[in-house]
Amino acid sequence: MAGTRRKTHGMRQIAKKSILLALLLVLTAALSGCGGDGRGDDEAGDTTTTETSAGGEGLSGRIQADGSSTVGPFTTAAAERFREVEPDVQVTVGVSGTGGGFERFCRGETDLSNASRPIKDEEAAICKDAGIEYVEFQVANDALTVVVNKDNDWVDCLTVEQLKMIWEPASKVKSWQDVDPKFPDEKLALFGAGTDSGTFDYFTDEINGEEGASRSDYSASEDDNNTVTGVSGEKGGLGYFGFSYFEENQDTLKALEIDGGDGCVAPSVENAQNGTYTPLSRPLFIYAKKKSFSRPEVAAFVEYALNNETEIAEAAQYVPLTDEQLEKATTDFEAAVEEAG
Amino acid sequence: MDATAGAGPRLRARRRRYGEDVVKGVLAVCALISVATTVGIVIALFVPAYEFFQDISIVDFLTGTDWSPLFEPAHFGVLQLVAGTLLVTAVAALVALPLGLGSAIFLSEYASDRVRGFLKPALEILAGIPTIVFGYFALTFVTPLLRDIGIQVDIFNTLSAGLVMGVYLIPTVASLSEDAMGAVPRDLRDGAYALGSTKVQVATRIVVPAAVSGIVASFVLGISRAIGETMIVLIAMGQQPNLTVDPREAAEAMTAFIAATGAGDVPTGSLEYKTIFAVGATLFLMTFVMNIVAIRLVRKYREVYE
Repeated sequence: MAGTRRKTHGMRQIAKKSILLALLLVLTAALSGCGGDGRGDDEAGDTTTTETSAGGEGLSGRIQADGSSTVGPFTTAAAERFREVEPDVQVTVGVSGTGGGFERFCRGETDLSNASRPIKDEEAAICKDAGIEYVEFQVANDALTVVVNKDNDWVDCLTVEQLKMIWEPASKVKSWQDVDPKFPDEKLALFGAGTDSGTFDYFTDEINGEEGASRSDYSASEDDNNTVTGVSGEKGGLGYFGFSYFEENQDTLKALEIDGGDGCVAPSVENAQNGTYTPLSRPLFIYAKKKSFSRPEVAAFVEYALNNETEIAEAAQYVPLTDEQLEKATTDFEAAVEEAG
Repeated sequence: MDATAGAGPRLRARRRRYGEDVVKGVLAVCALISVATTVGIVIALFVPAYEFFQDISIVDFLTGTDWSPLFEPAHFGVLQLVAGTLLVTAVAALVALPLGLGSAIFLSEYASDRVRGFLKPALEILAGIPTIVFGYFALTFVTPLLRDIGIQVDIFNTLSAGLVMGVYLIPTVASLSEDAMGAVPRDLRDGAYALGSTKVQVATRIVVPAAVSGIVASFVLGISRAIGETMIVLIAMGQQPNLTVDPREAAEAMTAFIAATGAGDVPTGSLEYKTIFAVGATLFLMTFVMNIVAIRLVRKYREVYE
């Protein structure tokens, strides 16, 4: 009897639960339906900076930027500061990778495209076919940084050849001892950039001699924090990413000096600017659509970013431009604005 | 029934009950939406997957042991991902099935009403924790714990992801198994007791065999969910394709590849993009076969009472 009683009780509960569940589902459907209509064009992962009060020269409008996750923080920092001057201008910064950014840029979807490498010939051709003319601005320098675990006490410097041995396609290096017999037999755990990132393109080009050529049996992620977690959690870990991520995580990671043929050089602001950190220091770019300069808010934003370049680059933990680099960018900008009229 | 039949002719409304029609229509739409969604998913999944297999031989896909679709040169051997999924599922099953079944037996046969009244909600709370929380729990708590007790695991590893996923699945297995045991008629138990059986004998030789179809169903559902689980494996197991049976190493599960690649930005329509669907279709077929096997098993062993 007890069994039967329990069972009917159970059934009633199930029935009650199903009704609740059904109601919940209907509610969810209704809510998500509403959500979908609102701002469907916004992508997940966008950083939107919005404000509604008036001020500045009273410019308004919306600037679309997308591209490299390495350059993204620069543009976001610029947008945050710009908002204080021009609160009605909305700057949307996506981070779909340098390649993904150019794809959208050449379809005419974005005004600015962040890039951690120069535009490729085939990308430039697509832009040209679509009638998209652009200007390239170098906005900062980066020192691609190779990091190891804080507890790694056997290595302070690697040569480019050693890095190539570790990272080249079909590399059989499994232990630190395979890199140099003097190193301990500690398992080499590799973490690196995902294939969509400009960081990956740049690193493979400089180290392995061919863009995209890399061993594939490592933990590859577009999210640089994944590399931070991995290398800091693995005594024999090794990974690479932009300098800013190292600066943010100095307490858990150790940066290696790189020997590009003229002795070991540490990644640093000075060494990136004076060009001694080779071959892993690189320029970072923002590409701007020429046509967008006819919109005053776009011109104002780029002008603002260039005028405050040093401050923004330092805040976002990049290596600022040298005076010559900045002068070139400013001249290019003035020419582009004049052309757009 | 009799009363309604007698009163029927007089009470029947002359006009059509439009309200009734509306309710019927709404409910039918509800039922159809799930069917339509399933059909839509199958089409959305298999069309790009079919295009993928125009370029890549299905034999290479299923037998290749190198998965590096986004690298140069690209390889499309899905076995590394399948191995990752199966290994983490095996670890999870080793945790979830015995513990889930044990909890179910305890709840159904041993626990007093008061204990059950506390334990069941507690189990259900476990089921309500978002999997991303379990993922970080595995990465930041279980992995260091494994290292502290002397198991040399990689920072991302299958073992801790599998263990935590197993815990996450306990409520699923326990709850369904317990329902099945609760449905075993009291008479069977009483009969066994009358013959002098002990409580253990009743639980293991009468109740469990009698409820076996429901228990098997709970196991299969648990395993299906393990195969499809994404967040825990993405966070704690790693994103490094690895054909291994050593759960201490990092590996990549099929779902983790789909999530990571989908969130990245492979160009729409490219071969890399279609790999996502090829892996998704493989995953779908795996769980589909699991479910068919489950239905067969349930039918075969079902004992019908009442």
